[in-house]
Amino acid sequence: MNIEPIRAAELVAPFWTIVVALLATTPCAMLGCYLVLRRMSLLGDAISHSILPGIAIAFLVTGSLASSWILVAAVATGILTAVLAQALARAGVTEDSSLGVVFTALFALGVLLISAGARQVDLDPGCVLYGTIELAPIHTFRWGGLDIPVAVVPLGLVLVATIAFVILFWKELALTSFDPALATSMGIDAGRMHYFLLGMVAVVTVAAFEQVGSILVVAMLIVPAATAQLLVQRLGRMMVTAVAVGGLAAILGYAGAAATDTSVAGMMAVAAGLLFLFALLFARRGGLVRQAWQRLIFHLTIAGEDVLATLFRFEERSPTARMAYSEAVRLAGGGMLGHWAVRRLCRRGELDAIGSFVTLTVLGRARGQSLVRAHRLWEAFLDKNFDLPLDHLHESAERFEHYIGPGLEEQLAAALQEPGRDPHGRPIPAPEPSREPAG
Amino acid sequence: MIHYNTLIVLSGTALLGASAGLVGSFVVLRRQALTGDALAHAALPGLCVAFLIVGERSLGAMLFGAFVSGILAILVLAGLRHASRIKEDAAIGIVLSVFFGAGIVLSRWIQAHATGGAKAGLDSYLFGKTAGMIAEDVLGIGIVSAMSLLVLGIFYKEFEVVAFDLEFARAQGWPAAMLDAILLALVASTVVAGLPAVGVVLVAALLILPAASARFWTDSLGRMLLLATGFGAGVCITGAMISSRLRATPTGPVIVLVGTIWFLVSLLLGPRRGILARWRTRRAIGHRLSERRMLALLGERAATGAPWIRLDERIRLGSGSAREADAILGRLARAKLIEPIQEGQTRLTPLGRQRAAEEVRELRFREALDVLFPEWSVEAWLHPDSSPSELVPAEVSQQVIHGLKASGRWPELADGAR
Repeated sequence: MNIEPIRAAELVAPFWTIVVALLATTPCAMLGCYLVLRRMSLLGDAISHSILPGIAIAFLVTGSLASSWILVAAVATGILTAVLAQALARAGVTEDSSLGVVFTALFALGVLLISAGARQVDLDPGCVLYGTIELAPIHTFRWGGLDIPVAVVPLGLVLVATIAFVILFWKELALTSFDPALATSMGIDAGRMHYFLLGMVAVVTVAAFEQVGSILVVAMLIVPAATAQLLVQRLGRMMVTAVAVGGLAAILGYAGAAATDTSVAGMMAVAAGLLFLFALLFARRGGLVRQAWQRLIFHLTIAGEDVLATLFRFEERSPTARMAYSEAVRLAGGGMLGHWAVRRLCRRGELDAIGSFVTLTVLGRARGQSLVRAHRLWEAFLDKNFDLPLDHLHESAERFEHYIGPGLEEQLAAALQEPGRDPHGRPIPAPEPSREPAG
Repeated sequence: MIHYNTLIVLSGTALLGASAGLVGSFVVLRRQALTGDALAHAALPGLCVAFLIVGERSLGAMLFGAFVSGILAILVLAGLRHASRIKEDAAIGIVLSVFFGAGIVLSRWIQAHATGGAKAGLDSYLFGKTAGMIAEDVLGIGIVSAMSLLVLGIFYKEFEVVAFDLEFARAQGWPAAMLDAILLALVASTVVAGLPAVGVVLVAALLILPAASARFWTDSLGRMLLLATGFGAGVCITGAMISSRLRATPTGPVIVLVGTIWFLVSLLLGPRRGILARWRTRRAIGHRLSERRMLALLGERAATGAPWIRLDERIRLGSGSAREADAILGRLARAKLIEPIQEGQTRLTPLGRQRAAEEVRELRFREALDVLFPEWSVEAWLHPDSSPSELVPAEVSQQVIHGLKASGRWPELADGAR
């Protein structure tokens, strides 16, 4: 085996690409939190498309992509998007259509301007969509003995500006995002904050745009923030998480693109999507896997309780009652889940499996007893307070017995003055589980 | 003489525009314009996967792939809506950008790994290229259009209900979810059919623009569908023709800009909901109210024995500026309700006197109603255009008129009222 030593020079380009990607995603992820919380994600989408004519015009006029006029033009078109969409909505177009009309029209204009006027330079309609981050390490300047990509400077400045914006207006942004009415009553101009935020989004978008393209700016704005929203509850933590998710997506995206020799920006979006999917499935609160697990445990608990209650009723008739294992499985709903429920009872020490039969343990008897007690108390309560035929009581009690905890059980007993028998004449077992099976 | 190729391109784009307008009408009414956009972007990875599987540029296979990934995107959207606390807007943004990112990755992979000239042409799906359209493409678009027309024709009534009031449709027991799914499938197939001409990025605009334009021209769904279909065809033909003159320009943006211009024209001039039409309606209502107020004032004066006014009193009579009052008097004169008698004086004509008396009656009636039957006066003020004596129960109106007659405040309508 001959392992070639990796030379430092070979790491320089990946290093700078990842730095540029991180610088581009971080401010996007930060502002994206506000967009997602304010349900303005699609305005972010629209702005990232509609700044194109602004960029194109500024580019055609000044002849350079590095001029600060591009920033001005982009912010102007970004805000124009929001204003125009609002104006159209006032003129009677539905909100989604007005947004759709404004940004597709402006984007089309931008594409035309670029393909008509800027053909000789390195701005082509395709790059508008997916950026040129691969070229970032090539355009460099020397500073302190290092070849630093040119792109680092504007992105760094925008990152600093975004952090300053978020810190300076932390309270205002949070208040207007969560409770605009309260914010207004506290003297914060919610409308002005709205346009401040949109202006910042336009700035961030135009800075990230050259690297990751318009569509992937959308990915970086929305996906990390939405992922963070699944994982945490507080705004500060959400922002930190979103930045982390964005950064992780950038690194994974770069690695994926390098491994498959494809688009870095595209891979970053895919990586962000996968991280989102991961959060959706495995989030501690509300994750789909956890939800499914909880539903399963709930199902098993109910099924097990049905077995325990039935076996307790058997014991009422004959103290040495036992149940065939297969019958217990059938009672627990049958199938794999039925087996699981019965095994779970044995494991928890509530059933004893002897041969092909199961019997109640002391623990299981206590639980069966309190279930049957809850069941019969509920029947007695229904019978006393509602005019229902006797054969209508059981069904309700069969469902309700699982939900009557010790507290409600006590109250029911007190309300009924501890009745000895249920409406069908069967004895209501004592609250304290006794050592001997009830007669 | 139209060249064969031109004919193909024009008929293809016209069919495409027509079916986009038709299907788009429902998209716009259901407020799913941005879902359409997400669907269109999501088509890109499907195109690429189909290309990878088939190994060459086969339009049918690629469009099928695009359709499948579009449907997948819709399913993901629906899943997110049901199973997570992600809001609709964020879900659309996520689906749109992640699917599109995957599409970019795949298309780069194809460019890097596919062999021969086959890899060329994927880029044209981003912004569209009608120039290369062949008869086969037109046939495909035609099939999609016919299918849309057929489905919408069969379920017209159902879609009408769903488009305007989904909750009502559900409450009435219509299979609303099913109809929604059919509609989205139609949207997906229309978007896919539009990809070669307009491209992934802008095809959603083709759904939105003709329908949103048509909305300004009519309030009836049937007419809106017809108009949107026509607008779509017109916009696409015009756009394709213009872009064929501009060499090396993608067709999609041109079509979208033509559509936008037509949308702006409709926004301004649309006879039903256009800005100009609404401005005129508002102005007409304002005019009628101010004329009636002026007539009532003139009528009050006529009742007190001065059948004419001096023009220098006009400001005091009409509320507002002299110019406004002059305009009102001018309109009354043109309606032959007042006439000049000498320099600086004007008076009511016989017809004007009649109308003025009616206005005075109405004013008096409203005033008396305020005092005598306040519970009815709100009703009367809420309908300034209807005669108040017809809004209230007959016995209320009789009592009011009786009271007014008794106090001599009920002007006669006959010519004898001087």
